[in-house]
Amino acid sequence: MSEKLRLRFTKEGRAVYISHLDLMRTMQRAFQRAGYGLKYSEGFNPHPILSILLPLGVGTSSVCELMDFQLAQETDLAALPDALTAAMPEGIRVLETYPEGRKVRELKWLRISGVLEYDTADVLAVRDGLQRFFAQETILIRKKTKRGEGESDIAPAIRSIGFAAEARRILLSAVISAQEPTLNPDLLVSALAQLAPELKPDYAEFTRQAVYDAEMKEFR
Amino acid sequence: MDKRLKRILPRVQKPARYTGGEYREIIKDKAAVDLRMAFCFPDVYEIGMSNVGMRILYSTINALDGVWCERVFAPWDDMEREMRENGIPLYALESGDPLTAFDAIGFSLGYEVAYTTVLDMLDLGGIPLHAAERTALLPLVFAGGSSCCNPEPMADFLDLMVLGEGEAMDNEVLLLLNRAKREGWDKRRFLRAAADIPGVYVPSLYDVAYHADGTIASVTPKDGAPETVTKRLVRDFENSPFPTDQIVPSTEIVHDRVNLELFRGCVRGCRFCQAGQIYRPVRSRSAEKLVAQGIEALEKSGYQEITLSSLSSSDYRQLGELCDGLLDYCVPRSIGLALPSLRADNFSMDIMQRVQKVRKSGLTFAPEAGTQRLRDAINKNVREEDLLESCRVAFAGGWNNVKLYFMLGLPTETDEDVLGIAQIANDVLHCWRENAANKNRGVRITISTSCFIPKPHTPFQWEKQVSREEYLRRVRLLRDNLTARNVVYNWHDAETSEIECILSRGDRRIGAVIEQVWRSGGRLEAWSDFFRYDRWTKALEDCGIDGGFYTTRERGAQERMPWDHINMGVKKEFLLRERARAYEGALSPDCRHGCENCGARALNGGACDV
Ligand code: SF4
Repeated sequence: MSEKLRLRFTKEGRAVYISHLDLMRTMQRAFQRAGYGLKYSEGFNPHPILSILLPLGVGTSSVCELMDFQLAQETDLAALPDALTAAMPEGIRVLETYPEGRKVRELKWLRISGVLEYDTADVLAVRDGLQRFFAQETILIRKKTKRGEGESDIAPAIRSIGFAAEARRILLSAVISAQEPTLNPDLLVSALAQLAPELKPDYAEFTRQAVYDAEMKEFR
Repeated sequence: MDKRLKRILPRVQKPARYTGGEYREIIKDKAAVDLRMAFCFPDVYEIGMSNVGMRILYSTINALDGVWCERVFAPWDDMEREMRENGIPLYALESGDPLTAFDAIGFSLGYEVAYTTVLDMLDLGGIPLHAAERTALLPLVFAGGSSCCNPEPMADFLDLMVLGEGEAMDNEVLLLLNRAKREGWDKRRFLRAAADIPGVYVPSLYDVAYHADGTIASVTPKDGAPETVTKRLVRDFENSPFPTDQIVPSTEIVHDRVNLELFRGCVRGCRFCQAGQIYRPVRSRSAEKLVAQGIEALEKSGYQEITLSSLSSSDYRQLGELCDGLLDYCVPRSIGLALPSLRADNFSMDIMQRVQKVRKSGLTFAPEAGTQRLRDAINKNVREEDLLESCRVAFAGGWNNVKLYFMLGLPTETDEDVLGIAQIANDVLHCWRENAANKNRGVRITISTSCFIPKPHTPFQWEKQVSREEYLRRVRLLRDNLTARNVVYNWHDAETSEIECILSRGDRRIGAVIEQVWRSGGRLEAWSDFFRYDRWTKALEDCGIDGGFYTTRERGAQERMPWDHINMGVKKEFLLRERARAYEGALSPDCRHGCENCGARALNGGACDV
């Protein structure tokens, strides 16, 4: 009876500091507040059926988050986005709800934008440096893994990347691998810190802009 | 958001507690309000947001036209370091504005060990610490909360303190301040006028003189300030505001649930318990109203848990009705109902079993003392038979986890009383063996002890605290006699209790010690992570103060207490009478079985809800 539903929402502003676990709790409560009963799992310790497709790191903004859920009762979906948004903390807006979302494993690419701040460096020189750095065939970085330190090449996870210089900052736009492998945008900065410290920004923030499948068609 | 703040947030633990922006945070137009108040809680967000009093006052103050009340919490140490290094002053969550932008800065003081955090927050906010250094009318720095029942240790730092329940008077203080601001009064004029508001204590209007032996000779009011300041309370608790539309934090806090206050005060007169004395008399809210408020708060917050709070839930007359009313709503929605502070009696166990159908937690009792003789002396009216009967019902019903809380160092305690705790542990274990529904699951009995702290406005306010060495000797004695494998023993350290004792019963000279400890790095000391005993002993030494004067010294019945000019309702004669009874080992009836004329009745217009 109750079908699988998908929600597209934003996480911006002060809400970017809400952790994944806290976001799950917040979502659950927002559904309650908005008067939509979530469907619970069966079993000894029932919990609401909610899952966020690509957990977002703390500090990163997004205008394309996806979450799957099920409702206890059939409901008019048209009213749901606004009602849920009204029950959310600042910075979370529900954009749309729809049934029959595509399978999670078909999600492949992620378009991100970034703002890299440089307090003193010459941004034009840095921009050229960044372009050269990310044009390399391989970018081997050290990564902490479950088994200690490991090396990994992040270059294949970057489909395209471009930079534009502004006063004291550089705007980044890139398409990176969303899963298998997952490239956390913060790793772009780690790579600079490890391999080209002179290019490392004094501060960086990223926003997820859109998600795509393997053919670069929008993923819904 | 402040750019500098944006840069440090990714580096600190749990950044969501520093951003505000939660659901139902109150935002007003700062250009359009007349008065801005910073409600400061001297602990981290997770603790402060769990405080019911703060939730109520945030709502009642913001209900005032032209006043905007915002929240300020203490940062954890990583955040504080970043803030100081980057020159970010302590700010309020709603607007992000620093403390210096506010007209009124009010602290909630519920735990004396947090005093150094108050100084740290003022300093981090760029506010001068001493009331005397702040010569302008604004900002006004004040405090309220239970610790203010002895206002003296913090007298140097606060312009005024509000005694009793904030919703009864905070708004009067703020409206007066608003008027003073509008009419351009100087600070002296304002403080003098504020002292006329019942419940307001202005420390600078009192001169304290000492005898050669260090005890207090006199406390003299100046400028026509009242001789004694009497606490204020909410008389009509049934109809006093309970905000059902509270902020819902976006990050997990300690009490992450709806909290319903059943009543204020307590009918039991446990002689060691400060809360039981200073919140008198009992005023309750009807079950009908509580059920409605509870459901409304659940719906508006989306919380999946509700807890009933009071000093002794079993004494709530309509407990059965209340639980039934809430369970009818909660059970079908898988919402948990928690019922702490139950007494060990049959009626309570019956309720407990009904409630715990939803979620089964551990069972907690506080017999406080190991023998009937000592329980009678402290007027803790719990008999071992009742405790064991409750355990029997619980074990038969499938519980296998019992926690028992005791104090060591209570007046008249002997080794026999200490060993009595071990005896109770054995009896409970035996009870489990006889009655357990399923022995294969085993049992866990946890015994916890803390060191008794004599507190102001209690019958034991004159008593000495046992030394740390003596407390530890009693801990060892008990530990050596708790041999069963299923019994776990935890003891609270005596260092914090000793410092808490000094801060609770201190006079104005202790202010310098608090400041010295803060200057040597003390803050967030309510957390064992940050409490350092040697910092306190060093500061006491530097200030030339003997800590023993405040702890291990018995005070004479004639001695003037630092808080004698503060009237919390219970009269000194009553406290002395109760103290004498303690030494006789005689019980006093609870308020419902015989009024002892404690004095609190007068505060409520001559009526106690009994
Ligand atoms: S006046 Fe009597 S009934 Fe009222 S709180 Fe005091 S002892 Fe209890």
